Amino acid sequence: MPLEPLTMNAADDVDKEFLYTLNFGPQHPATHTTLRLILTLSGETVVKAVPDIGFLHSGFEKLGEDLDFNQYVTIVDRMNYISPIANEIAWHHVVEKLLDIRLTPRCTYLRTIFAELARISDHLLNVGAAALDLGAFTAFLYGFYQRERIYDIYETASGQRFHPSFTRVGGLMSDVNDAFVAKVREFVKEFPKTHADIRKLLNKNRIFVDRCKDVGLLTKEEAINFSCSGPIARASGVVRDLRKDEPYLGYNDFDFQVICAKEGDCYARYLVRMEEMNESLKIIQQAIENLPSGPVNVDLEGKCVIPDKSATYRSIEGLIQHFELFMTNRRWQTPVNELYGATETANGELGFYIVADGSGRAYRARTRPPSFIHFAVFPHLIEGHQISDIVAVLGSLNIIAAELDR
Amino acid sequence: MSHEATLGKLTDRFGPEAICTAEFRDNLRVTVEDDLSFLILQFLKESCGFDMLADLTAVDYLHYPEAKDRYGVVYCLTNTATGERIVVKTMLNDPDPALPTCVPLWRGADWMEREVYDMYGIEFTGHPDLRRILMPDEYTSFPLRKDYPLRGRGERHNFPFITRAES
Repeated sequence: MPLEPLTMNAADDVDKEFLYTLNFGPQHPATHTTLRLILTLSGETVVKAVPDIGFLHSGFEKLGEDLDFNQYVTIVDRMNYISPIANEIAWHHVVEKLLDIRLTPRCTYLRTIFAELARISDHLLNVGAAALDLGAFTAFLYGFYQRERIYDIYETASGQRFHPSFTRVGGLMSDVNDAFVAKVREFVKEFPKTHADIRKLLNKNRIFVDRCKDVGLLTKEEAINFSCSGPIARASGVVRDLRKDEPYLGYNDFDFQVICAKEGDCYARYLVRMEEMNESLKIIQQAIENLPSGPVNVDLEGKCVIPDKSATYRSIEGLIQHFELFMTNRRWQTPVNELYGATETANGELGFYIVADGSGRAYRARTRPPSFIHFAVFPHLIEGHQISDIVAVLGSLNIIAAELDR
Repeated sequence: MSHEATLGKLTDRFGPEAICTAEFRDNLRVTVEDDLSFLILQFLKESCGFDMLADLTAVDYLHYPEAKDRYGVVYCLTNTATGERIVVKTMLNDPDPALPTCVPLWRGADWMEREVYDMYGIEFTGHPDLRRILMPDEYTSFPLRKDYPLRGRGERHNFPFITRAES
């Protein structure tokens, strides 16, 4: 049989034979959680990356349609489990917007403190884990020590260190005590030293900088087009922070800056997170020193807040109120309407789209998960880079699988 | 630009009967016909500065009080320069609920449309890669529809098991 000359297409096919497929995850130490990448490689260069997600999907949004506004807080807790209390604050922020509840000054300040503590603990883990993947172990341990102190503060306030489930519609589970204030003050005093240590370990660390600079570039236009938010968008020059743009809680009262960078690479994202911790600390300091006195929950007249136990047991109004909120056929009176609301969490814009049908639970509780949206950018960021850059880019995106899959 | 300015531009371009507006708290929501939805989204992006698709989701209105249509697809748009937000909603019905994709406008819509397809079975025509994203590929139903039960046995028990030799 005579040999046929290769056509152009056949030549392409021959080229393709040099590409090979590598399965990365779902159980891989550098993914930190269960996510899977199907990589097409040419030598060590990534030609194409196809993420495969859903391993941790557990139907949170379906549960949100069954549980009431206070019960669902235990589920949103478990979305971004690196900064659980920020999710609770985001969820109840939107619920309170739906029910048109104005929080008491003490509650807004306390929630602000918790939201910023959550931001610090999230950034600490992210910075530490990103450095850990690139071979710098110490920063991770320093970060974890301070994270443990934040957990201790949560525990002092709520009795639970990891998933506090601390917010309630119209307020908090309970007021804080002096021990809480003392612990926050101590944290504010001690944290700058750890922050400086981490900065000294990483900022000019040649291995870390070389592996992060110019890796995973995201331009400003792309960041907006890909719906990015939070530190990832700000590291690409998008000047947008919901704490400033749509002030909620107590953010209008505090002096802090929005941290941005222009480069849009992994190193810029690291730097933005590092500086944001300083700004968060400034907010915590201002909030704890100016913590208003007064009640932590809105008053019972609004019929939306759980009365405290002494009112439930000793007054008929308290008992009725308690009964109204806990009987499955009573609960809250919601308007028949729908709305979108969002807060700025450590990872970006955490939004909820709530459709209310007049009953005490959400007809639809959509989460806008920042991890999900940021992971969609990953294939674009990694193409053309080396296989070892995958961990650098993944680390800089801060993908939390529980929030990714919900 | 304020809500009124955006609404003015929309009604100038598409006529007052094409859009139905509602305001609730700080949300401005416009409900549009499904055949106009892509044009309106494109107009909002190119002429009104809504350069970011903050969120894309769907709602199943099966048991909703006084609902006429079955599904609503919700686009939450943000103008990153001014911080203005608008919610665009399109109603769809069985059989074959479908909408044109908005991936050409916002690349961020890619996974969000896949999630809506996965959870509600709403097709986005022209989407580059419309596959299930959270549920397994061999899954046959759409879990966030209201006629899908919250509790029960069945689907998990029928998942095919793969032995180590087959994998």
